[in-house]
Amino acid sequence: MQLKTIQTANRPAAVVAVVLFAIAAVTWWDASHMTARATYGMSASAASYLVAVFFVALGLAHLVNAFKPADIEAEAADWGAIGWIGVALAGLIGAIWLGGGFVLGSTLLFAFTTRAFGRRALLVDLCFGAVLAVLVFFLFNKLLTLALPMGPLERLF
Amino acid sequence: MESIGFLIDGFALAIQPVNVIYAAIGVIIGTAVGVLPGIGPALTVALLLPVTFKLDPGGSIIMFAGIYYGGMYGGSTTAILLNTPGESASVVTALEGNRMARSGRGGPALATAAIGSFVAALIATGGLAFLAPVLVKVAVKFGPWDYFGLMLIAFVTVSATFGSSPLRGLTSLAFGLWLGLMGLDQLSGQARLTFGVPELLDGVEVTTLAVGLFAIGEALLVASRHLYKPEKPIPVKGSIWMTREDWGRSWRPWLRGTLLGFPIGALPAGGAEIPTFLSYNIERKLSRKPEEFGSGAIEGVAGPEAANNASAAGTLVPLLTLGLPTSATAAVMLAGFQQYNIQPGPLLFTQHADLVWGLVASLFIANVMLLVLNLPLVGLWVRLLAIPLPWLYAGILVFASMGTIAANPSVVELLLLTGFGAVGFLMRRYDYPVAPAVVGLILGPLADSALRRSLQMSLGDPLILVHHPSSAIMIAIAAIALIAPFIFKGLSRFRQDED
Repeated sequence: MQLKTIQTANRPAAVVAVVLFAIAAVTWWDASHMTARATYGMSASAASYLVAVFFVALGLAHLVNAFKPADIEAEAADWGAIGWIGVALAGLIGAIWLGGGFVLGSTLLFAFTTRAFGRRALLVDLCFGAVLAVLVFFLFNKLLTLALPMGPLERLF
Repeated sequence: MESIGFLIDGFALAIQPVNVIYAAIGVIIGTAVGVLPGIGPALTVALLLPVTFKLDPGGSIIMFAGIYYGGMYGGSTTAILLNTPGESASVVTALEGNRMARSGRGGPALATAAIGSFVAALIATGGLAFLAPVLVKVAVKFGPWDYFGLMLIAFVTVSATFGSSPLRGLTSLAFGLWLGLMGLDQLSGQARLTFGVPELLDGVEVTTLAVGLFAIGEALLVASRHLYKPEKPIPVKGSIWMTREDWGRSWRPWLRGTLLGFPIGALPAGGAEIPTFLSYNIERKLSRKPEEFGSGAIEGVAGPEAANNASAAGTLVPLLTLGLPTSATAAVMLAGFQQYNIQPGPLLFTQHADLVWGLVASLFIANVMLLVLNLPLVGLWVRLLAIPLPWLYAGILVFASMGTIAANPSVVELLLLTGFGAVGFLMRRYDYPVAPAVVGLILGPLADSALRRSLQMSLGDPLILVHHPSSAIMIAIAAIALIAPFIFKGLSRFRQDED
């Protein structure tokens, strides 16, 4: 019974503590594998060790907080909407990865993000996103000569 | 008084037609983006950085000045007409300004905010012009140990002293410091935390972190809360001009707000929130009509808006003279400077004197343009507020990712952006401030090299940090600032969120 109240006291703080300890361990491990040594003073690994110790201290503080009642209540979240934004970003990353180019990637990003915000008119938003992406492409690639990822569509211009 | 001569040179640069056009473009797009709900000045500057990528350094920094001031102004417009302040420094403006707009006095509220910002920025930019050279004379004598002490103060004040929860602020800072470790070490060439990924050797871009935490994190949060429908902006009815009484009640708060905002902004303590809250409280005490506070008192808009803008100009003092960003906006500005291999600090004033003074002069010009352009164009800005949120956020994400791949065309950079977005969402959800992470990323490597250079000079003796009285005092201040909030819980009354 006691265990259950401890578990439900402040779960986010406990999770954060675990994450902080994990980052500290990774940082420490990374620092212990460094080869460059300073002849005097501090070598590059010292800052890593300092940050790792800082993370351990913060982790301990979070662990203490985990046994106190939470001071904030996280609001209920719509994980479906978050999933759609994930799909949108995955669409962009996938398009760029596979050489689909900026316009295709941005169109997917735009259309799926509007879906995350509750719109159902996917076709309309695909067109809308494509127009926006082409405009942005012309403005930044042609006018300001920034190197945006090229795909088959972009090479037509 | 050598400042005056330099300033005249600066104006000669800034008044060139090309540069005036850059400033005007900066002001207009800065305001347009700053007006959008949920976008504060830091994100405005980060999103618009790519626009300046290909300009010459002088032109782009001048455009920057316009974007910065425009973004600030746009934020206060949103606060008054929507009651969803885009940044925490506008929270106070929203208190009275939104009430004024609801009771049909939106015009005068916008006008007193605009003119107050103008007056404050004018005085504060003048303060910057005269204070900066004095500080530079002090700063050239600083050794690496002094810089290390200064950075400790900045770390603590930005994350712990004025936050709602010191622990959360410090955790956010630690995240930034950790990201700052990534990449090749400047002094020894040692790779840190790159996990064999070649794209990480250059380290994490400040803009990628800022855009991920602010733009994508915010979009995820808004989507998760089902806030689909935009709040209807309150229409601006009647005259936008202030009456004689409005002027009479506004000018003293403007000046008091400026006097509060500029010094607090100039301290390496960061945050425009504290002066705005202080100004609000002072105006409520001094007002001849205190009963109007809470239902739309013009003093409650005039004072905090002036304080906000004055402190924004104030943060440029440590940024330009010491290379010390004390807010997320300043950190992103610093990243913009570094894009042109310009390192702010005392040397900037000797190596790129024309650039610095051109920037200061452009701030004056941008300020005048804001006043001239924004009141007549207020109808246009209001229309921007009515963009449906799905399209608004989809557009923001397209721009955010475009800026990231334009700066560094790689899938790894996009994955980092997405990762930072997820972290930003979780930080918002569990009330961790975001700004300390951005400041930590940019100051972490600087603090690392300052500390190591000190220890090289002392042949490895860490006591060098306390042997110099100047750095010993600064480290003591940092230590006190770290411990104080735990002792005086009341100090953490002032919430400092990301701006």
